[in-house]
Amino acid sequence: MTSLDTAREAPRAVAFGTRLPKARKPGRRHLLPGFGLTFGITALYLVLIVALPLAAMLLKTFSLGWPEFWRIVSSPRAISAYWITFSSAAAAAVFNGFFGLLLAWVLVRYEFPGKRIIDGLVDLPFALPTAVAGLALVTLFGPAGWYGQILVPLGVTVTHAQLGIIVAMAFTSLPFVVRTVQPVLEDIPEDVQEAARLLGATPFQVFSRVILPLILPAFTTGVVLCFARAIGEFGAVVFIAGNLPGMTEIVSLLIFIRLDEHNYPAAAALATVLLATAFVTLFLTNLLQAWQLRYADKSR
Amino acid sequence: MQINPADASLPADPRRPQSAVAWGLIGLAYLMAGAVLLVPLLLIVVTGFREGVGVYLANIVEPETLHAIFLTVLAAIVVVPINVGFGIAAAWLVTRYEFRGKRLLITFIEIPFSVSPIVAGVIYLFLYGGQGLLGPLLAQFDLKLMFTVWAIFLVSLFVTSPFVARELIPLMQQQGGEDEEAALSLGANGRQIFWHVTLPNIRWALLYGAVLCNARVIGEFGAVSVVSGAIRGQTNTLPLQIELLFNDFNVTGAFAAASTLALLAVLTIVLKSVLERKTRH
Repeated sequence: MTSLDTAREAPRAVAFGTRLPKARKPGRRHLLPGFGLTFGITALYLVLIVALPLAAMLLKTFSLGWPEFWRIVSSPRAISAYWITFSSAAAAAVFNGFFGLLLAWVLVRYEFPGKRIIDGLVDLPFALPTAVAGLALVTLFGPAGWYGQILVPLGVTVTHAQLGIIVAMAFTSLPFVVRTVQPVLEDIPEDVQEAARLLGATPFQVFSRVILPLILPAFTTGVVLCFARAIGEFGAVVFIAGNLPGMTEIVSLLIFIRLDEHNYPAAAALATVLLATAFVTLFLTNLLQAWQLRYADKSR
Repeated sequence: MQINPADASLPADPRRPQSAVAWGLIGLAYLMAGAVLLVPLLLIVVTGFREGVGVYLANIVEPETLHAIFLTVLAAIVVVPINVGFGIAAAWLVTRYEFRGKRLLITFIEIPFSVSPIVAGVIYLFLYGGQGLLGPLLAQFDLKLMFTVWAIFLVSLFVTSPFVARELIPLMQQQGGEDEEAALSLGANGRQIFWHVTLPNIRWALLYGAVLCNARVIGEFGAVSVVSGAIRGQTNTLPLQIELLFNDFNVTGAFAAASTLALLAVLTIVLKSVLERKTRH
Protein backbone atom coordinates (compact mmCIF):
# COMPACT_ATOMS: atom_id res chain seq x y z
CA MET A 1 0.00 0.00 0.00
CA THR A 2 1.40 3.37 -0.93
CA SER A 3 1.49 6.24 1.49
CA LEU A 4 -1.09 7.98 -0.62
CA ASP A 5 -3.44 5.10 -0.07
CA THR A 6 -2.86 5.23 3.64
CA ALA A 7 -3.56 8.92 3.73
CA ARG A 8 -6.79 8.37 1.89
CA GLU A 9 -7.87 5.35 3.84
CA ALA A 10 -7.25 6.77 7.29
CA PRO A 11 -9.88 9.49 6.93
CA ARG A 12 -12.22 6.98 5.34
CA ALA A 13 -12.15 4.95 8.50
CA VAL A 14 -13.36 7.97 10.36
CA ALA A 15 -16.65 8.39 8.61
CA PHE A 16 -15.96 12.08 8.10
CA GLY A 17 -13.02 14.40 7.72
CA THR A 18 -13.89 16.11 10.95
CA ARG A 19 -10.68 15.91 12.89
CA LEU A 20 -8.21 15.51 10.14
CA PRO A 21 -4.96 17.35 10.22
CA LYS A 22 -5.64 20.88 9.06
CA ALA A 23 -5.26 21.76 5.37
CA ARG A 24 -1.59 22.01 4.63
CA LYS A 25 -1.27 25.75 4.86
CA PRO A 26 -3.39 27.12 7.64
CA GLY A 27 -3.56 30.83 8.04
CA ARG A 28 -4.19 31.46 4.36
CA ARG A 29 -7.81 31.91 5.10
CA HIS A 30 -9.69 33.04 2.05
CA LEU A 31 -7.19 32.93 -0.73
CA LEU A 32 -9.33 31.02 -3.21
CA PRO A 33 -12.48 32.56 -4.60
CA GLY A 34 -15.88 31.17 -3.76
CA PHE A 35 -16.07 31.49 0.02
CA GLY A 36 -19.23 33.60 -0.08
CA LEU A 37 -20.90 31.38 -2.68
CA THR A 38 -20.14 28.03 -1.07
CA PHE A 39 -20.85 29.31 2.43
CA GLY A 40 -24.16 30.72 1.25
CA ILE A 41 -25.24 27.53 -0.48
CA THR A 42 -24.10 25.23 2.33
CA ALA A 43 -25.56 27.27 5.17
CA LEU A 44 -28.87 27.92 3.41
CA TYR A 45 -29.27 24.27 2.44
CA LEU A 46 -28.45 23.03 5.94
CA VAL A 47 -30.87 25.48 7.52
CA LEU A 48 -33.71 24.59 5.15
CA ILE A 49 -33.18 20.85 4.85
CA VAL A 50 -31.68 19.88 8.22
CA ALA A 51 -32.05 22.52 10.94
CA LEU A 52 -35.56 23.81 10.30
CA PRO A 53 -37.35 20.42 10.29
CA LEU A 54 -35.41 19.33 13.40
CA ALA A 55 -36.33 22.57 15.15
CA ALA A 56 -39.98 22.19 14.17
CA MET A 57 -40.21 18.78 15.80
CA LEU A 58 -38.33 19.82 18.93
CA LEU A 59 -40.65 22.82 19.22
CA LYS A 60 -43.62 20.50 19.06
CA THR A 61 -42.12 18.34 21.81
CA PHE A 62 -41.33 21.35 24.02
CA SER A 63 -44.87 22.59 23.62
CA LEU A 64 -46.07 19.40 25.35
CA GLY A 65 -44.54 20.39 28.67
CA TRP A 66 -42.48 18.11 30.86
CA PRO A 67 -45.29 16.17 32.66
CA GLU A 68 -47.03 15.29 29.40
CA PHE A 69 -43.74 14.42 27.73
CA TRP A 70 -42.78 12.19 30.63
CA ARG A 71 -46.18 10.50 30.70
CA ILE A 72 -45.80 9.57 27.03
CA VAL A 73 -42.19 8.42 27.04
CA SER A 74 -42.56 6.41 30.26
CA SER A 75 -45.77 4.60 29.31
CA PRO A 76 -45.49 0.81 29.66
CA ARG A 77 -45.92 0.31 25.92
CA ALA A 78 -43.11 2.78 25.18
CA ILE A 79 -40.82 1.19 27.75
CA SER A 80 -41.31 -2.28 26.36
CA ALA A 81 -40.64 -0.86 22.88
CA TYR A 82 -37.34 0.65 24.13
CA TRP A 83 -36.36 -2.62 25.69
CA ILE A 84 -37.12 -4.64 22.55
CA THR A 85 -35.35 -2.11 20.32
CA PHE A 86 -32.23 -1.65 22.43
CA SER A 87 -31.74 -5.29 23.39
CA SER A 88 -32.20 -6.43 19.79
CA ALA A 89 -29.82 -3.75 18.54
CA ALA A 90 -27.25 -4.79 21.14
CA ALA A 91 -27.53 -8.43 20.08
CA ALA A 92 -27.16 -7.44 16.42
CA ALA A 93 -24.12 -5.29 17.26
CA VAL A 94 -22.46 -8.17 19.16
CA PHE A 95 -23.08 -10.57 16.27
CA ASN A 96 -21.70 -8.09 13.77
CA GLY A 97 -18.76 -7.38 16.06
CA PHE A 98 -17.63 -10.99 15.72
CA PHE A 99 -18.69 -11.55 12.12
CA GLY A 100 -17.38 -8.16 11.00
CA LEU A 101 -14.02 -8.71 12.62
CA LEU A 102 -13.77 -12.16 11.04
CA LEU A 103 -14.60 -10.80 7.58
CA ALA A 104 -12.25 -7.82 7.90
CA TRP A 105 -9.43 -10.09 9.05
CA VAL A 106 -9.90 -12.64 6.30
CA LEU A 107 -10.28 -9.99 3.58
CA VAL A 108 -7.14 -8.10 4.64
CA ARG A 109 -4.85 -10.94 5.67
CA TYR A 110 -5.36 -13.66 3.12
CA GLU A 111 -5.50 -14.16 -0.60
CA PHE A 112 -8.07 -16.74 -1.61
CA PRO A 113 -10.43 -17.45 -4.50
CA GLY A 114 -13.69 -15.50 -4.36
CA LYS A 115 -12.21 -12.80 -2.17
CA ARG A 116 -13.43 -9.95 -4.35
CA ILE A 117 -16.92 -11.39 -4.45
CA ILE A 118 -17.09 -11.57 -0.66
CA ASP A 119 -15.71 -8.03 -0.45
CA GLY A 120 -18.45 -6.85 -2.80
CA LEU A 121 -21.13 -8.80 -0.96
CA VAL A 122 -20.24 -6.95 2.25
CA ASP A 123 -21.71 -3.81 0.68
CA LEU A 124 -24.97 -5.55 -0.16
CA PRO A 125 -26.87 -4.53 3.00
CA PHE A 126 -26.20 -0.85 2.24
CA ALA A 127 -26.99 -1.15 -1.45
CA LEU A 128 -30.10 -3.30 -1.07
CA PRO A 129 -33.25 -1.37 -0.12
CA THR A 130 -34.31 -2.34 3.39
CA ALA A 131 -37.76 -3.41 2.20
CA VAL A 132 -36.13 -5.91 -0.17
CA ALA A 133 -33.96 -7.20 2.67
CA GLY A 134 -37.06 -7.55 4.85
CA LEU A 135 -38.93 -9.46 2.15
CA ALA A 136 -35.96 -11.78 1.62
CA LEU A 137 -35.51 -12.48 5.33
CA VAL A 138 -39.18 -13.08 6.11
CA THR A 139 -39.35 -15.51 3.19
CA LEU A 140 -36.13 -17.32 4.14
CA PHE A 141 -37.06 -17.74 7.79
CA GLY A 142 -40.79 -18.34 7.30
CA PRO A 143 -42.06 -21.88 8.00
CA ALA A 144 -41.85 -22.75 4.29
CA GLY A 145 -38.60 -20.87 3.67
CA TRP A 146 -35.14 -22.28 2.94
CA TYR A 147 -34.00 -21.65 6.52
CA GLY A 148 -37.38 -21.89 8.19
CA GLN A 149 -37.85 -25.49 7.02
CA ILE A 150 -34.80 -26.43 9.07
CA LEU A 151 -35.22 -24.08 12.03
CA VAL A 152 -38.95 -24.27 12.72
CA PRO A 153 -38.98 -28.07 13.35
CA LEU A 154 -36.09 -27.48 15.77
CA GLY A 155 -38.33 -25.10 17.70
CA VAL A 156 -36.51 -21.94 16.58
CA THR A 157 -39.06 -19.37 15.43
CA VAL A 158 -37.55 -16.33 13.79
CA THR A 159 -40.48 -14.63 12.10
CA HIS A 160 -42.92 -12.78 14.35
CA ALA A 161 -40.42 -13.06 17.21
CA GLN A 162 -37.65 -10.95 18.67
CA LEU A 163 -35.10 -13.16 16.95
CA GLY A 164 -36.48 -11.89 13.65
CA ILE A 165 -35.86 -8.29 14.72
CA ILE A 166 -32.29 -9.20 15.60
CA VAL A 167 -31.78 -10.94 12.25
CA ALA A 168 -33.14 -7.94 10.33
CA MET A 169 -31.06 -5.47 12.35
CA ALA A 170 -27.90 -7.58 12.02
CA PHE A 171 -28.33 -7.87 8.25
CA THR A 172 -28.88 -4.17 7.58
CA SER A 173 -26.00 -3.00 9.79
CA LEU A 174 -23.48 -5.66 8.79
CA PRO A 175 -21.01 -3.54 6.77
CA PHE A 176 -20.12 -1.08 9.55
CA VAL A 177 -17.61 -3.17 11.51
CA VAL A 178 -15.98 -4.61 8.39
CA ARG A 179 -15.58 -1.22 6.76
CA THR A 180 -14.20 0.54 9.83
CA VAL A 181 -11.75 -2.22 10.80
CA GLN A 182 -10.51 -3.08 7.29
CA PRO A 183 -8.45 0.08 6.58
CA VAL A 184 -6.87 0.09 10.05
CA LEU A 185 -5.93 -3.56 9.72
CA GLU A 186 -4.39 -2.85 6.31
CA ASP A 187 -2.21 -0.16 7.89
CA ILE A 188 -0.63 -2.49 10.45
CA PRO A 189 2.76 -3.41 8.99
CA GLU A 190 3.50 -7.09 8.56
CA ASP A 191 6.77 -6.73 10.53
CA VAL A 192 4.95 -5.77 13.72
CA GLN A 193 3.51 -9.26 13.91
CA GLU A 194 6.74 -10.75 12.66
CA ALA A 195 8.60 -9.11 15.54
CA ALA A 196 6.10 -10.38 18.09
CA ARG A 197 6.32 -13.87 16.63
CA LEU A 198 10.12 -13.85 16.72
CA LEU A 199 9.97 -12.76 20.34
CA GLY A 200 8.08 -15.96 21.03
CA ALA A 201 4.46 -14.88 21.04
CA THR A 202 1.87 -17.49 20.16
CA PRO A 203 -0.56 -16.61 17.34
CA PHE A 204 -3.24 -15.94 19.95
CA GLN A 205 -0.91 -13.61 21.85
CA VAL A 206 0.00 -11.79 18.64
CA PHE A 207 -3.68 -11.19 18.04
CA SER A 208 -4.73 -10.23 21.56
CA ARG A 209 -1.65 -8.22 22.57
CA VAL A 210 -0.56 -6.67 19.27
CA ILE A 211 -3.37 -6.56 16.74
CA LEU A 212 -6.39 -6.09 18.99
CA PRO A 213 -5.13 -2.97 20.81
CA LEU A 214 -4.34 -1.37 17.45
CA ILE A 215 -7.75 -2.00 15.94
CA LEU A 216 -9.77 -1.52 19.12
CA PRO A 217 -10.80 2.14 18.51
CA ALA A 218 -11.91 1.41 14.95
CA PHE A 219 -13.62 -1.78 16.04
CA THR A 220 -15.52 0.00 18.81
CA THR A 221 -16.54 2.75 16.40
CA GLY A 222 -17.86 0.12 14.03
CA VAL A 223 -19.85 -1.61 16.75
CA VAL A 224 -21.35 1.70 17.96
CA LEU A 225 -22.29 2.70 14.40
CA CYS A 226 -23.85 -0.72 13.94
CA PHE A 227 -25.84 -0.37 17.18
CA ALA A 228 -27.02 3.12 16.18
CA ARG A 229 -28.13 1.97 12.76
CA ALA A 230 -29.93 -1.03 14.26
CA ILE A 231 -31.90 1.19 16.67
CA GLY A 232 -33.26 3.20 13.76
CA GLU A 233 -33.89 0.31 11.39
CA PHE A 234 -37.48 0.17 10.22
CA GLY A 235 -37.96 -1.20 6.72
CA ALA A 236 -36.46 -4.64 7.22
CA VAL A 237 -37.91 -5.08 10.72
CA VAL A 238 -41.56 -4.42 9.85
CA PHE A 239 -41.55 -7.27 7.36
CA ILE A 240 -40.25 -9.91 9.71
CA ALA A 241 -41.32 -8.82 13.19
CA GLY A 242 -45.07 -9.33 13.05
CA ASN A 243 -45.43 -6.11 15.03
CA LEU A 244 -47.14 -7.39 18.18
CA PRO A 245 -47.34 -4.68 20.88
CA GLY A 246 -45.13 -5.52 23.85
CA MET A 247 -43.61 -8.45 21.97
CA THR A 248 -42.08 -7.35 18.70
CA GLU A 249 -42.92 -3.66 18.57
CA ILE A 250 -39.85 -1.48 18.09
CA VAL A 251 -39.78 2.27 18.84
CA SER A 252 -39.85 3.28 15.16
CA LEU A 253 -42.95 1.20 14.63
CA LEU A 254 -44.66 2.63 17.72
CA ILE A 255 -44.03 6.13 16.34
CA PHE A 256 -45.51 5.06 13.03
CA ILE A 257 -48.59 3.65 14.77
CA ARG A 258 -49.06 6.85 16.80
CA LEU A 259 -48.93 8.88 13.57
CA ASP A 260 -51.52 6.60 12.03
CA GLU A 261 -53.77 7.23 15.05
CA HIS A 262 -53.20 10.99 14.59
CA ASN A 263 -51.69 11.03 18.08
CA TYR A 264 -49.11 13.64 17.10
CA PRO A 265 -47.89 14.59 20.60
CA ALA A 266 -46.96 10.96 21.29
CA ALA A 267 -45.20 10.66 17.92
CA ALA A 268 -43.22 13.84 18.57
CA ALA A 269 -42.19 12.79 22.08
CA LEU A 270 -41.07 9.29 21.04
CA ALA A 271 -39.26 10.63 17.98
CA THR A 272 -37.43 13.04 20.27
CA VAL A 273 -36.26 10.10 22.40
CA LEU A 274 -34.90 8.35 19.29
CA LEU A 275 -33.28 11.58 18.15
CA ALA A 276 -31.62 12.02 21.55
CA THR A 277 -30.14 8.52 21.39
CA ALA A 278 -28.91 9.30 17.89
CA PHE A 279 -27.13 12.43 19.13
CA VAL A 280 -25.58 10.54 22.04
CA THR A 281 -24.18 7.96 19.60
CA LEU A 282 -22.97 10.69 17.24
CA PHE A 283 -21.14 12.28 20.17
CA LEU A 284 -19.74 8.89 21.19
CA THR A 285 -18.45 8.09 17.71
CA ASN A 286 -16.80 11.51 17.52
CA LEU A 287 -14.99 10.78 20.79
CA LEU A 288 -14.00 7.36 19.47
CA GLN A 289 -12.68 8.86 16.26
CA ALA A 290 -10.53 11.30 18.23
CA TRP A 291 -9.21 8.28 20.17
CA GLN A 292 -8.54 6.43 16.95
CA LEU A 293 -6.60 9.32 15.43
CA ARG A 294 -4.48 9.66 18.56
CA TYR A 295 -3.74 5.97 18.15
CA ALA A 296 -2.93 6.37 14.49
CA ASP A 297 -0.53 9.22 15.31
CA LYS A 298 1.21 7.19 18.01
CA SER A 299 1.64 4.10 15.91
CA ARG A 300 3.20 6.07 13.08
CA MET B 1 28.62 -19.66 -6.95
CA GLN B 2 25.97 -19.03 -9.45
CA ILE B 3 22.40 -19.15 -8.35
CA ASN B 4 20.05 -20.67 -10.80
CA PRO B 5 16.95 -18.50 -10.65
CA ALA B 6 14.78 -21.51 -11.25
CA ASP B 7 16.15 -23.20 -8.13
CA ALA B 8 15.67 -20.25 -5.81
CA SER B 9 12.34 -20.80 -4.17
CA LEU B 10 10.11 -17.81 -4.49
CA PRO B 11 9.63 -15.89 -1.29
CA ALA B 12 6.37 -17.12 0.17
CA ASP B 13 3.53 -14.69 -0.20
CA PRO B 14 2.74 -13.84 3.41
CA ARG B 15 -0.88 -13.40 2.45
CA ARG B 16 -1.27 -16.88 1.09
CA PRO B 17 -3.01 -18.75 3.89
CA GLN B 18 -0.73 -21.44 5.27
CA SER B 19 -2.02 -22.69 8.57
CA ALA B 20 -5.11 -24.75 9.23
CA VAL B 21 -6.41 -21.88 11.34
CA ALA B 22 -6.21 -19.56 8.35
CA TRP B 23 -8.13 -21.96 6.15
CA GLY B 24 -10.63 -22.46 8.96
CA LEU B 25 -11.25 -18.72 9.20
CA ILE B 26 -11.60 -18.42 5.45
CA GLY B 27 -14.04 -21.33 5.42
CA LEU B 28 -16.09 -19.70 8.16
CA ALA B 29 -16.11 -16.42 6.22
CA TYR B 30 -17.31 -18.25 3.08
CA LEU B 31 -20.02 -20.00 5.03
CA MET B 32 -21.27 -16.90 6.84
CA ALA B 33 -21.06 -14.59 3.83
CA GLY B 34 -22.87 -17.20 1.79
CA ALA B 35 -25.63 -17.84 4.31
CA VAL B 36 -26.11 -14.26 5.48
CA LEU B 37 -25.50 -12.26 2.30
CA LEU B 38 -25.54 -14.37 -0.85
CA VAL B 39 -28.56 -16.59 -0.10
CA PRO B 40 -30.99 -13.67 0.57
CA LEU B 41 -29.87 -12.04 -2.68
CA LEU B 42 -30.26 -15.26 -4.64
CA LEU B 43 -33.66 -15.90 -3.08
CA ILE B 44 -34.95 -12.51 -4.26
CA VAL B 45 -33.68 -12.86 -7.81
CA VAL B 46 -34.59 -16.54 -8.18
CA THR B 47 -38.10 -16.05 -6.83
CA GLY B 48 -38.61 -12.90 -8.88
CA PHE B 49 -37.86 -14.75 -12.11
CA ARG B 50 -39.08 -18.20 -11.07
CA GLU B 51 -42.12 -18.17 -13.27
CA GLY B 52 -40.22 -16.83 -16.23
CA VAL B 53 -39.37 -13.45 -17.62
CA GLY B 54 -42.86 -13.09 -19.07
CA VAL B 55 -44.57 -13.29 -15.68
CA TYR B 56 -41.92 -11.00 -14.22
CA LEU B 57 -42.56 -8.37 -16.89
CA ALA B 58 -46.32 -8.74 -16.53
CA ASN B 59 -45.96 -7.96 -12.84
CA ILE B 60 -43.70 -5.01 -13.48
CA VAL B 61 -46.07 -3.38 -15.98
CA GLU B 62 -48.99 -3.53 -13.57
CA PRO B 63 -50.10 0.13 -13.55
CA GLU B 64 -49.44 0.63 -9.82
CA THR B 65 -46.01 -0.95 -9.90
CA LEU B 66 -45.10 0.90 -13.08
CA HIS B 67 -46.14 4.17 -11.48
CA ALA B 68 -44.07 3.33 -8.39
CA ILE B 69 -41.03 2.72 -10.61
CA PHE B 70 -41.66 6.02 -12.37
CA LEU B 71 -41.91 7.87 -9.06
CA THR B 72 -38.77 6.24 -7.68
CA VAL B 73 -36.77 7.15 -10.78
CA LEU B 74 -38.18 10.68 -10.67
CA ALA B 75 -37.09 11.06 -7.03
CA ALA B 76 -33.57 9.99 -7.95
CA ILE B 77 -33.48 12.42 -10.91
CA VAL B 78 -34.57 15.30 -8.69
CA VAL B 79 -32.60 14.51 -5.54
CA VAL B 80 -29.21 13.27 -6.73
CA PRO B 81 -28.18 16.40 -8.74
CA ILE B 82 -29.21 18.71 -5.88
CA ASN B 83 -27.19 16.75 -3.35
CA VAL B 84 -24.24 16.55 -5.73
CA GLY B 85 -24.31 20.36 -5.89
CA PHE B 86 -24.62 20.65 -2.14
CA GLY B 87 -21.84 18.11 -1.60
CA ILE B 88 -19.42 20.00 -3.84
CA ALA B 89 -20.22 23.34 -2.19
CA ALA B 90 -19.93 21.91 1.32
CA ALA B 91 -16.69 20.04 0.60
CA TRP B 92 -15.14 23.10 -1.05
CA LEU B 93 -16.14 25.26 1.89
CA VAL B 94 -14.91 22.86 4.56
CA THR B 95 -11.62 21.93 2.91
CA ARG B 96 -10.53 25.24 1.36
CA TYR B 97 -11.27 27.80 4.07
CA GLU B 98 -10.80 28.32 7.77
CA PHE B 99 -13.66 30.11 9.45
CA ARG B 100 -15.45 30.31 12.76
CA GLY B 101 -18.22 27.80 13.28
CA LYS B 102 -16.69 25.25 10.93
CA ARG B 103 -17.01 22.42 13.46
CA LEU B 104 -20.67 23.23 13.98
CA LEU B 105 -21.24 23.27 10.25
CA ILE B 106 -19.60 19.86 9.85
CA THR B 107 -21.78 18.51 12.63
CA PHE B 108 -24.86 19.72 10.77
CA ILE B 109 -23.65 18.07 7.57
CA GLU B 110 -23.30 14.79 9.48
CA ILE B 111 -26.62 14.89 11.34
CA PRO B 112 -28.81 13.19 8.70
CA PHE B 113 -26.60 10.10 8.94
CA SER B 114 -27.50 9.56 12.56
CA VAL B 115 -31.21 10.38 12.32
CA SER B 116 -33.23 7.21 11.89
CA PRO B 117 -35.54 7.00 8.85
CA ILE B 118 -38.81 7.24 10.78
CA VAL B 119 -37.58 10.30 12.67
CA ALA B 120 -36.49 11.89 9.37
CA GLY B 121 -40.07 11.54 8.18
CA VAL B 122 -41.53 12.79 11.46
CA ILE B 123 -39.48 16.01 11.53
CA TYR B 124 -40.81 16.96 8.09
CA LEU B 125 -44.33 16.17 9.18
CA PHE B 126 -43.95 18.64 12.04
CA LEU B 127 -42.65 21.31 9.71
CA TYR B 128 -44.98 21.11 6.71
CA GLY B 129 -47.82 18.86 7.90
CA GLY B 130 -51.25 20.03 9.04
CA GLN B 131 -50.02 19.80 12.65
CA GLY B 132 -46.68 21.33 11.77
CA LEU B 133 -44.97 24.66 12.25
CA LEU B 134 -45.62 25.92 8.73
CA GLY B 135 -48.84 23.93 8.28
CA PRO B 136 -51.22 26.87 8.88
CA LEU B 137 -49.17 29.09 6.57
CA LEU B 138 -49.25 26.52 3.77
CA ALA B 139 -52.97 26.02 4.29
CA GLN B 140 -53.52 29.76 3.88
CA PHE B 141 -52.02 29.62 0.43
CA ASP B 142 -53.81 26.35 -0.25
CA LEU B 143 -50.51 24.53 -0.63
CA LYS B 144 -50.05 20.94 0.32
CA LEU B 145 -46.63 19.35 0.62
CA MET B 146 -47.12 16.36 2.91
CA PHE B 147 -48.53 13.21 1.30
CA THR B 148 -47.52 14.49 -2.14
CA VAL B 149 -44.48 13.74 -4.27
CA TRP B 150 -42.87 16.93 -2.93
CA ALA B 151 -42.70 15.38 0.51
CA ILE B 152 -40.91 12.36 -0.98
CA PHE B 153 -38.36 14.66 -2.61
CA LEU B 154 -37.82 16.64 0.60
CA VAL B 155 -37.21 13.68 2.93
CA SER B 156 -34.98 12.05 0.31
CA LEU B 157 -32.95 15.26 0.14
CA PHE B 158 -32.60 15.17 3.91
CA VAL B 159 -31.68 11.49 4.18
CA THR B 160 -29.05 11.55 1.42
CA SER B 161 -27.63 15.05 1.87
CA PRO B 162 -24.31 13.91 3.43
CA PHE B 163 -23.45 11.19 0.89
CA VAL B 164 -21.50 13.23 -1.67
CA ALA B 165 -19.91 15.52 0.93
CA ARG B 166 -18.71 12.47 2.89
CA GLU B 167 -16.80 11.18 -0.14
CA LEU B 168 -15.37 14.53 -1.17
CA ILE B 169 -14.27 16.01 2.16
CA PRO B 170 -11.52 13.48 3.02
CA LEU B 171 -10.23 13.48 -0.56
CA MET B 172 -10.15 17.25 -0.97
CA GLN B 173 -8.67 17.66 2.51
CA GLN B 174 -5.87 15.33 1.56
CA GLN B 175 -5.27 16.92 -1.85
CA GLY B 176 -4.98 20.38 -0.32
CA GLY B 177 -5.60 23.61 -2.16
CA GLU B 178 -2.20 24.02 -3.86
CA ASP B 179 -3.41 23.08 -7.36
CA GLU B 180 -6.20 25.62 -7.14
CA GLU B 181 -3.89 28.28 -5.73
CA ALA B 182 -1.43 27.70 -8.56
CA ALA B 183 -4.24 28.10 -11.09
CA LEU B 184 -5.31 31.28 -9.32
CA SER B 185 -1.82 32.73 -9.50
CA LEU B 186 -1.77 31.94 -13.21
CA GLY B 187 -4.84 34.10 -13.60
CA ALA B 188 -7.67 31.57 -13.67
CA ASN B 189 -11.02 32.67 -12.34
CA GLY B 190 -13.18 30.69 -9.94
CA ARG B 191 -15.19 28.93 -12.61
CA GLN B 192 -12.08 27.95 -14.56
CA ILE B 193 -10.41 26.67 -11.40
CA PHE B 194 -13.40 24.53 -10.60
CA TRP B 195 -13.92 23.05 -14.07
CA HIS B 196 -10.29 22.56 -15.04
CA VAL B 197 -8.51 21.86 -11.74
CA THR B 198 -10.86 20.73 -8.99
CA LEU B 199 -13.38 18.67 -10.95
CA PRO B 200 -10.83 16.46 -12.75
CA ASN B 201 -9.23 15.76 -9.35
CA ILE B 202 -12.45 14.74 -7.65
CA ARG B 203 -14.52 13.28 -10.49
CA TRP B 204 -14.37 9.62 -9.44
CA ALA B 205 -15.07 10.32 -5.79
CA LEU B 206 -17.91 12.58 -6.90
CA LEU B 207 -19.41 9.87 -9.06
CA TYR B 208 -18.95 7.39 -6.23
CA GLY B 209 -20.83 9.64 -3.83
CA ALA B 210 -23.57 10.12 -6.42
CA VAL B 211 -23.92 6.34 -6.89
CA LEU B 212 -24.33 5.82 -3.14
CA CYS B 213 -26.75 8.75 -2.92
CA ASN B 214 -28.77 7.32 -5.80
CA ALA B 215 -28.97 3.86 -4.19
CA ARG B 216 -30.26 5.34 -0.96
CA VAL B 217 -32.87 7.54 -2.65
CA ILE B 218 -34.18 4.54 -4.57
CA GLY B 219 -34.29 2.33 -1.50
CA GLU B 220 -35.46 4.72 1.21
CA PHE B 221 -38.40 3.22 3.04
CA GLY B 222 -39.00 4.54 6.57
CA ALA B 223 -38.84 8.28 5.94
CA VAL B 224 -40.85 8.05 2.73
CA SER B 225 -43.50 5.84 4.32
CA VAL B 226 -44.15 8.53 6.96
CA VAL B 227 -44.58 11.48 4.60
CA SER B 228 -45.83 9.99 1.34
CA GLY B 229 -49.13 8.66 2.62
CA ALA B 230 -48.45 5.67 0.34
CA ILE B 231 -51.38 6.51 -1.88
CA ARG B 232 -51.64 3.76 -4.48
CA GLY B 233 -50.79 4.90 -7.96
CA GLN B 234 -49.92 8.39 -6.68
CA THR B 235 -47.31 8.63 -3.94
CA ASN B 236 -46.11 5.06 -3.69
CA THR B 237 -42.45 4.46 -4.38
CA LEU B 238 -41.14 1.04 -5.35
CA PRO B 239 -40.01 -0.02 -1.83
CA LEU B 240 -43.42 0.98 -0.44
CA GLN B 241 -45.09 -0.89 -3.28
CA ILE B 242 -43.24 -4.06 -2.22
CA GLU B 243 -44.75 -3.82 1.25
CA LEU B 244 -48.17 -3.14 -0.19
CA LEU B 245 -48.05 -6.13 -2.52
CA PHE B 246 -46.70 -8.32 0.26
CA ASN B 247 -49.53 -7.30 2.59
CA ASP B 248 -52.00 -8.00 -0.24
CA PHE B 249 -50.54 -11.55 -0.42
CA ASN B 250 -49.39 -10.81 -3.96
CA VAL B 251 -46.06 -12.53 -3.36
CA THR B 252 -45.17 -12.83 -7.06
CA GLY B 253 -45.72 -9.13 -7.59
CA ALA B 254 -43.71 -8.27 -4.47
CA PHE B 255 -40.79 -10.41 -5.59
CA ALA B 256 -40.88 -9.02 -9.13
CA ALA B 257 -40.56 -5.50 -7.72
CA ALA B 258 -37.95 -6.63 -5.18
CA SER B 259 -35.80 -8.39 -7.76
CA THR B 260 -35.77 -5.23 -9.86
CA LEU B 261 -34.37 -3.34 -6.88
CA ALA B 262 -31.99 -6.20 -6.05
CA LEU B 263 -30.52 -6.08 -9.56
CA LEU B 264 -30.05 -2.32 -9.16
CA ALA B 265 -28.27 -3.01 -5.87
CA VAL B 266 -25.89 -5.45 -7.57
CA LEU B 267 -25.22 -2.84 -10.25
CA THR B 268 -24.52 -0.30 -7.51
CA ILE B 269 -21.99 -2.63 -5.86
CA VAL B 270 -20.21 -3.27 -9.16
CA LEU B 271 -20.07 0.46 -9.95
CA LYS B 272 -18.91 1.16 -6.40
CA SER B 273 -15.99 -1.25 -6.60
CA VAL B 274 -14.97 0.07 -10.03
CA LEU B 275 -15.05 3.66 -8.79
CA GLU B 276 -13.24 2.72 -5.58
CA ARG B 277 -10.39 1.43 -7.71
CA LYS B 278 -10.39 4.60 -9.80
CA THR B 279 -10.22 6.87 -6.75
CA ARG B 280 -7.28 4.91 -5.37
CA HIS B 281 -5.14 5.00 -8.49
